Amino acid sequence: MPTHTFQLNGKQVTVQAEDDVRLLWVLRDLLGVTGPKYGCALGVCQACTCHINGRAFNPCSVPVGKIKPTDEITTIEGLPGTVGRELHPMQEAWLAHDVAQCGYCQPGQIMAAVAKVRQVRATGREIDDGDLDEIRNVCRCGTYSRIRAAIKDGAQHM
Amino acid sequence: MAEPNGVGRRRFLGYLVAAPTLAVVVGYGVDAARRPEAEAAPSPPQPEEIFDLGDAQNLAAAPTSGLISVQVHPDGTASFAVPRAEVGQGMTTAVAMMVAEEMDLPLDKVRVTLAGARPELLMNQLTGGSNSMRSIYVPVRTAAAIARQRLVATAARRWGVPASELTTKDGVIRHPGGRTATYGSLAAAAASPRTTRVEAELKSPSEFTVLGTPRNRVDAYDIVTGRKVFAADLRVPGAKPAMVRRPPTINGSVVAVRNADAVQQLPGVTDIAVIEHGVAVRAETFGQCIDAIRALDVEWGPGPVDRESDATVLAKLKKATPPVLVPPLPAKTIDAEFTFAFASNSPLEPDIAIADVRAGRAEIWASLKVPIVAQEDIARRLGLPQDAVTVHVVEGGGSFGRHLFHDVAAEAAEVSQKMGKPVKLSWSRTDNFRQGRTHPMCVSRVRVAYLGGNVLSYEQRHTSVRTDFGHGLGEMLSATAARLPIAGNLSIAESIFALTQSSPYNFGVTTQLLNEIPLKFRTGSMRNIYSPNVVCAQELVVDRLAAAIGKDPVAFRRKYLKDERLRAVLDKAVAAGEWGRSLPKGVAQGIGVHAEYRGAVAALVEIDCRPETVNRPIEHGVTGPRVTRALIVVDAGFAINPRGLEAQMIGGMNDAIALALTSSLHIKDGLPLEGSWDDYFYTRQWNTPLDMRVIVMPNSRSTPSGAGELGVAPSFAAVACAYARATGTMPTRFPINHGTLGFEPFPVEPSTPQSPTDGLDHTY
Repeated sequence: MPTHTFQLNGKQVTVQAEDDVRLLWVLRDLLGVTGPKYGCALGVCQACTCHINGRAFNPCSVPVGKIKPTDEITTIEGLPGTVGRELHPMQEAWLAHDVAQCGYCQPGQIMAAVAKVRQVRATGREIDDGDLDEIRNVCRCGTYSRIRAAIKDGAQHM
Repeated sequence: MAEPNGVGRRRFLGYLVAAPTLAVVVGYGVDAARRPEAEAAPSPPQPEEIFDLGDAQNLAAAPTSGLISVQVHPDGTASFAVPRAEVGQGMTTAVAMMVAEEMDLPLDKVRVTLAGARPELLMNQLTGGSNSMRSIYVPVRTAAAIARQRLVATAARRWGVPASELTTKDGVIRHPGGRTATYGSLAAAAASPRTTRVEAELKSPSEFTVLGTPRNRVDAYDIVTGRKVFAADLRVPGAKPAMVRRPPTINGSVVAVRNADAVQQLPGVTDIAVIEHGVAVRAETFGQCIDAIRALDVEWGPGPVDRESDATVLAKLKKATPPVLVPPLPAKTIDAEFTFAFASNSPLEPDIAIADVRAGRAEIWASLKVPIVAQEDIARRLGLPQDAVTVHVVEGGGSFGRHLFHDVAAEAAEVSQKMGKPVKLSWSRTDNFRQGRTHPMCVSRVRVAYLGGNVLSYEQRHTSVRTDFGHGLGEMLSATAARLPIAGNLSIAESIFALTQSSPYNFGVTTQLLNEIPLKFRTGSMRNIYSPNVVCAQELVVDRLAAAIGKDPVAFRRKYLKDERLRAVLDKAVAAGEWGRSLPKGVAQGIGVHAEYRGAVAALVEIDCRPETVNRPIEHGVTGPRVTRALIVVDAGFAINPRGLEAQMIGGMNDAIALALTSSLHIKDGLPLEGSWDDYFYTRQWNTPLDMRVIVMPNSRSTPSGAGELGVAPSFAAVACAYARATGTMPTRFPINHGTLGFEPFPVEPSTPQSPTDGLDHTY
């Protein structure tokens, strides 16, 4: 079985898996990293959203064979480490706005929010309602308005 | 039905039980089934008004006693294992608040866990009907109050002072002389050597410092750090991933598996087993399960609804709808008929359960709202005594009615038994939509008769594909049926309909009846059961009636509403939502009101139906009209946690927007076509209101109403009414976009689509 090495939450990991196994299952089933959630494995619900080299992506839609040894994968567990704090400002905003209901989508929502704010900033703007409308992550509890408020707030502290 | 807020201190019973540290148990369902006086009204009260579903559940729970407990630990924390499910509704936070309040303990020192199946609770372990807060509010507080009283008595004895001189705050007992003791330091000393009956007083609402104040979720930190444990995240030794290849029609059967040996050789696969409705595969990863179930070559037998599609079901419903009465001349009538498509109650977390079935015993982990029924049924299926099956209730990633049933837990048990190994069985996303429970299609026919400015009669005939209540709510109701103040011998569905539905208006002779057709779709309750459909139909007709009589929709409702609490929330919504403000053509307001579960709600929305909004391009996304502003005003009796209540209302509004505008299942040849969240179109960010407000009214009662479902029906009605006013056409089919299939369906075989491989092309 092929061996795969990559950077996960600031540490190098090595794992054995067939090349076509999607990264989500490598993270969850083989490495026991369960922050990224399985919601559809179709690249639709975005509950598994993580970062690769700082950009948001869905590990359910990436075979592990496509991950290079130098790729930095960040899951919700590793997000605070990217800012060297106990919590990332976006996580703090999530707490301040009491966003979560069932919580299943929220790791993915937070990872998407951080990437979205960075993406908008790179174009020299601050995040607005039009940008928030582009976020595809499903929240079946429907706590969208609190997500929007938390992202705007969290962006202020990023 | 308002009652004074300041109910004074009352004494409640509980028991100190023998344990190493202080433990208190209290009976369940005390204070249940209080029946408010019916108001004098021109329309005689309907059953729901004098005695609703929650009252029936409370009454059924009353005889069960001595079964919930608070324990105090040496580390100063108190724990409570609540016999309910947490699926996102914030129940654990509300329960922690009750314990914190009556114990004078900081909220973060209260640990609330979910109790496993406890058969001795009989039907008192059902999370549904928005009943949790109503049924446990007094017992939980009583247990906590007894614990506090015992700790104080222990300190008083130790210090040789009267208990009345001691005060408690933040988990510390103080004497004016300066002595202090933490609860933790007294936990062992306060333990009772034997079971003793005691009484305690509960605080009056005027003394509350926790209850009634906005609090954040107790599980929020774990959620935002990814630490909250759902069933899929549990590590049970040997419980490897498993999935099921399913038939191309609902509940189809397996005739033959043609290539089991070849599939067994695929990477990661450990086991294959034929089960009742499919073929299960166990593998090292879920991805390899998907590969393997897709590779299976199976010959399928028919299911019970293979010949049914949307059109055939609708024709059967229309045929089964009972006639409305013909009013005497010279009354005028308004007739309307509304169709509501099948809807999915699937949460975001796919149905999942872990099962470890061995000779003579079984252990199950799943999110279950009726764990006792699950335990009983799984034991029967496995051929084990009930007490040989241990059921652990895991926190769920949403429910919306799905977890009233234990389908996935029973299936996991079957798979584990057949493979002889533990399994972590997950349904695929597509399984959840195509083979999971649905809120069935229904037709609501309404006729109102009026003469001049007077409404003479309101008749509603609601006809639905049978809703399955086989999860035990039915048993509970039937057990207490003789005590329900409803005449006649109603079926369970009719009883639930009668206990949840009532017209809030003085419309003269009022009848609302349910008829069901016995098609064997997989159905179940979905958040708020019948109300979203019934109330949407009712409010659309009320708007038409107001127009026919020449009155403003709000003025008309004010005149005919029976209940002062409803009138109060309506007035508040009208003022705060700026009813009647000037809006561009194609944008309009709508209002809906609803009382249920002893709460009252008004929703006011503004919808934008202008072409530039309706036709916004979103890749693989449904746009259409957008609710731009939404306001919910809620009177929840006593709002235990206003912040949590607000969250439930926000969720209810987004559910309503989906039901009215975008989300439905299209049935074709015995199977829903929807397979992902881009097909089953629940509200997304580009559909959600830009301006969402919730106003919690001052407490009107001393006890909480139900809250989890309360916001859906009036919001659905408000969106539908706004759409009618914005477009000039009353919608009669819901969701309004159901007539157009906005996606390319996944093939029906294999039952689970393959995961994409191009994820790195879509990073941002």
